[in-house]
Amino acid sequence: MNKITRFNLELKDIPGQLVEVLEPFSKYGANIESVVHHREKKTPRGKVPVEIKVRVEEDRLKKITKSLKEKEVEIVEIDEKTEITSFNIILIGHVLHTGIKDTINRIDQTGYAEVVDLSLSMPEIKEKSSAMLRLELEAPEKKNKVLDILNEISEEKDLEVIKEISV
Amino acid sequence: MNEMKILIRGFGTVGQEVARVLDKKRNVFKDKFGLKFDLVGVEDSKGSALSEDGLNIERLLSTKKKTGSIKEKGDKLGINEINYDLLIECTPTNIKDGEPGLSNILNALKDGNDVITSNKGPLALKWNKLAKTAEKNNAKLKFEATVGGAIPIINLAENSLASNKISSIIGILNGTCNYILTRMAAESLPYEHVLNEAQDLGIAESDPTYDVEGIDTALKMVIIANSILGAEASYQDVDIKGIKEITTESLELAEEKNKTIKLLGKADKEKIEVEPRMVPKDHPLSVGGTLNIATLETDLAGEITVTGKGAGASETASSVISDLIEIWKERN
Repeated sequence: MNKITRFNLELKDIPGQLVEVLEPFSKYGANIESVVHHREKKTPRGKVPVEIKVRVEEDRLKKITKSLKEKEVEIVEIDEKTEITSFNIILIGHVLHTGIKDTINRIDQTGYAEVVDLSLSMPEIKEKSSAMLRLELEAPEKKNKVLDILNEISEEKDLEVIKEISV
Repeated sequence: MNEMKILIRGFGTVGQEVARVLDKKRNVFKDKFGLKFDLVGVEDSKGSALSEDGLNIERLLSTKKKTGSIKEKGDKLGINEINYDLLIECTPTNIKDGEPGLSNILNALKDGNDVITSNKGPLALKWNKLAKTAEKNNAKLKFEATVGGAIPIINLAENSLASNKISSIIGILNGTCNYILTRMAAESLPYEHVLNEAQDLGIAESDPTYDVEGIDTALKMVIIANSILGAEASYQDVDIKGIKEITTESLELAEEKNKTIKLLGKADKEKIEVEPRMVPKDHPLSVGGTLNIATLETDLAGEITVTGKGAGASETASSVISDLIEIWKERN
């Protein structure tokens, strides 16, 4: 029996998105267990989180993921435990003064990881700021390498790194 | 064993509560488990009260309340001369050298007496020595109360999940930190503000270092890793990060992604770490307030999660006395 895999996606809030997103699942023979459309949990950028649970053979997962990426669907998470190809990270400290551009560059320059989203929150000028970064990986096995780089940066710039529980 | 002779060392909040519950439930324990006991000695920081025929617990508690100590004048016996079967060790945790708890426990075990402790220090610093001494002298050493207050974590792993191999444990094991982070997230208040509030409510100590820097969580994770996962870790091996650096803004950023931040302890056989992590708000581990929680990853039963109050006198006494009943059953 195929195991259940959970996709957490974020869709644009325009008509036809859900059908568009379900197409690769149907094409590669995934059996859909549930689709939850979280309209009430819209993200600050106006996207709608959707959770899709499917039963599918492992080797088809990659094809589905690839197809979703081609459709420019934002993949937030795939089944926390298996394929982590993107994750969030919070940095706390003098994120801006220590060179946010440099921080991002050092991740992008690896060639296998990329910062695809950034939200920054600064209270007052001398106070610590907080940043949420979303990173995408070329392959799940690059995760530890990226985390090492992040730890290196955080030590050098005296930043606190908060990872996700699944990472 | 006809009757259990009990000695309590450390008579603060936990020690007193254990004595109170023992007294209150004396008849229940006798009817339900055939458990008969005498409290033959109590020691606090100022002295001791000892009687081979059993102390009057009610009187002991009221003396402690009135005078601040149970020390009785003219005690003919020394605490080392009293005969007992079970030591309940409730002295405060000391992470430098584990004393006086460490010596109290070792001496009891060397004499072949069973020990129950609520004191994390000795276990987190000298697990191997304690476990070996207990084994060598055919004495039992139980410590459910050291981890997660009333929540059965150690006993769950050792008894209910005995057929399983447990590969990792992750959880929230400090109610003070959980309270602070929960309030910061819910009310968008800064750390210092919520810490002060927690101190006013008695949820945080006047010196909160031990909790907020993750030390308490680390000690508990070491105890769990050693006793459940068979690690041979010491407190010094743990990578510890506390919650002092967490900003209101970081919690707000997490909130935007329907996540929050929790101080998590994580242990497998190789590594123990304590650090704040982002947790989805609908994740089982995302419990609020002062609650504690732990998830055990097992080979047969999958993931098992237990949650409950992680601190408090009666919650801790609940664990101590469960251990006591377990020892009674094993010895009879």
